[in-house]
Amino acid sequence: MDKLSRRKLLAGGTAGAAAAGLSQLVPGAGPALARGADAHEHAGAGEGSHGGGAEGPTFRKGAAVDHGANGFDPSELVRHFDWGRTRRLASGRVLREWTLVAEDKEIEVAPGVHYPAWTYNGRVPGPTLRCREGELLRVHFVNSSDHPHTMHFHGLHPAQMDGVPGIGAGLVPTGGSTVYEFDARPFGVHLYHCHAAPLAEHIARGLYGAFIIDPKDGRPDADELVMVMNGFNTNFDAQGNQVYAVNTVAFHYVDQPVCVSRDSPVRLYVVNALEYDPINSFHIHGNFFNHFPTGTSLTPIEYTDTILQGQAQRAILELEFPYDGDYMFHAHKTEFAELGWMGFFRVGNGATRGAGAADYCDLGELETPGA
Amino acid sequence: MEAATPSARGPGSAPRWLLGAMPLALIAIAFAAFALLGGPGLGDRRGPPVEDLAVERTVLRPGEIELAVRNTGPDAVTVSQVSVNDAFVDFDPGQGGAVGRLQSRVLTLDYPWVEGGVYTISMLTSTGATIDHQIDSAVETPEADPSFFGLMALLGTYVGLIPVALGMLFMPFLRGIRERWMRAVLAFTVGLLAFLAIDGTLEGIDVGNASAATFGGVELLFLGAALAYLSLAALDRYLTARREAAKGAGAGEFRLALMVATGIGLHNLGEGLAIGSAYAIGELALGAFLVIGFALHNTTEGIAIVAPLARGERPGLRCVAALGVIAGAPAILGAVIGASAYNEELATFLIGIGVGAIVQVIGQLVPSIRDSEGRALNIPSIAGIIAGGAALYLTGLLVAV
Repeated sequence: MDKLSRRKLLAGGTAGAAAAGLSQLVPGAGPALARGADAHEHAGAGEGSHGGGAEGPTFRKGAAVDHGANGFDPSELVRHFDWGRTRRLASGRVLREWTLVAEDKEIEVAPGVHYPAWTYNGRVPGPTLRCREGELLRVHFVNSSDHPHTMHFHGLHPAQMDGVPGIGAGLVPTGGSTVYEFDARPFGVHLYHCHAAPLAEHIARGLYGAFIIDPKDGRPDADELVMVMNGFNTNFDAQGNQVYAVNTVAFHYVDQPVCVSRDSPVRLYVVNALEYDPINSFHIHGNFFNHFPTGTSLTPIEYTDTILQGQAQRAILELEFPYDGDYMFHAHKTEFAELGWMGFFRVGNGATRGAGAADYCDLGELETPGA
Repeated sequence: MEAATPSARGPGSAPRWLLGAMPLALIAIAFAAFALLGGPGLGDRRGPPVEDLAVERTVLRPGEIELAVRNTGPDAVTVSQVSVNDAFVDFDPGQGGAVGRLQSRVLTLDYPWVEGGVYTISMLTSTGATIDHQIDSAVETPEADPSFFGLMALLGTYVGLIPVALGMLFMPFLRGIRERWMRAVLAFTVGLLAFLAIDGTLEGIDVGNASAATFGGVELLFLGAALAYLSLAALDRYLTARREAAKGAGAGEFRLALMVATGIGLHNLGEGLAIGSAYAIGELALGAFLVIGFALHNTTEGIAIVAPLARGERPGLRCVAALGVIAGAPAILGAVIGASAYNEELATFLIGIGVGAIVQVIGQLVPSIRDSEGRALNIPSIAGIIAGGAALYLTGLLVAV
């Protein structure tokens, strides 16, 4: 290989194959990626088959996260909504209940990298709690962790139910429990998290989750996906994070793309739970989406391909994919992307949605645009 | 065996060797038991593992960064992932698995680095700890092939051998001067060597502090110095004994010159090391300026070697040439080592060797600068010492590597 000179690189072109790889896979460096035919080569190769060198960031080839040991798989988590248990009260109103247990658990956030997390129900992010506007919600919280915790919901509720230290139940000590009860409002995509001090650490350790309140009349049918943007400060220096991701496992959706159907509506619930970094962002290749910040209005505010979120900001994004192929999505804070917050949508011709994780990517022959 | 003599037996009847062997065996058994039982009663370490890796060598090839790391901490370290400038990269972990205490490992990173880039390599361990290593300015590492060794040999010849030989050309001039001036010239040598000793000590402390503490850090400097000092003292005793046996006239002057040449040679080994390593990481601009600077600097060293020869019998050409090789050629060896196998621990130790050798040689020279009343610090010698230190300081400004 020729020596790369600084001037050549600044001019935007490098020699030979390196240039092709760079423009393809470095976010923003080239046109939207539609891998088409060679997607099949990658599909069967398992984790760690993508990227490398100028082809893009990757973990060490051949290394994989043990989802079994973690107790959750981001490929399943992305479509998992916890509707809890319901019963109708005498008043005719629906009571919806969940039980959440805080527990300390070591999880593998990148192949071979173990993080001593604090979790709700043994997973990070915690379960995606989903309900309908106007219901009465009751959350039974049990603290099995070695540290005191709370559950603080974003939403409309009385101070006693706010889940902060010193008010209402306040801190729930190790072995303790409490019940949070409030109305489901306003509709939109929200979040919950621990509010014990130090707050940054209690959030960074993994105590957060998405909280979705559907409008009374529901939303139009769509393939719904939840994406909690997060990160892990594995060396505990409180200076940014070492690993970034959506739904905890970095680069997971690079190796196991999120499979969706062509020409059918997709709805993303995107929540930024990232601690220690002031902003996060969400960008999709080869497509645009309608942006509903916080999901509290049924009218989108813009049609775009990139949004910015501070911590606890969240949005509903609605889109359809007009072409088959693999489409990257990632933080357009590219540093986060190259440290793990990157993935692919794999778009096929239907009939695969809702199948088990193993079937998701069995899309048959992909149609290459223009072919 | 002298078992029958009273001194070989203790008050009892056990043979002397048994009295020595028994404690050795008991010590070995105690250590083994302690190790097997894992220090009974002490329990485990408090707190998380202490993970430390020292990067001993960085090799840059097109599209690839190779790191030779050594575990310099108390606990085993597993490098699970590696990022370069905040982007995770694929890498070959060598043998894989954990790197045990004091073990080394070569990691090969797949990364499209560009020349002149500044890279922070962050090794993420299995526990989530990060160990960072910075490449200040990326430049391809020269291949260790014959032409490269040839280049290093040429460099060593330019900066070591030739300047020393040039300095030695002053011998005929020195042989003509008067005794009083002679003391000044020898004092010049002392001043020059003292400067080198101080300079080497400071540099060795710098390099030693940058090296892994596990291997002793700055201790290596003093260890090297003591070793060189004592070895040269032993060499001196040997040469003195031989001279007395041969009763050769004039051999005293040659012996002194040989000691000076050896001391300077060991110093030049360290100097070559610095030059070679600076070249390997692209920090050394080869060129006329560097060579001229070193030539001026090291020419003074040549004068130091021939100064003791100004008195006594005229030495043969071959002897003088041998002295030049002893003083100058180690720069060649140093440059080759520095460019191909540099690490801070080795450098600290070799700098220490140079310092110890020089201190020993200063001790050898001091009797020669005494005046008729036995004072080492007389007017000519004081002037000479100052001139020697100043000469090296000024020429050293030209070659700050």
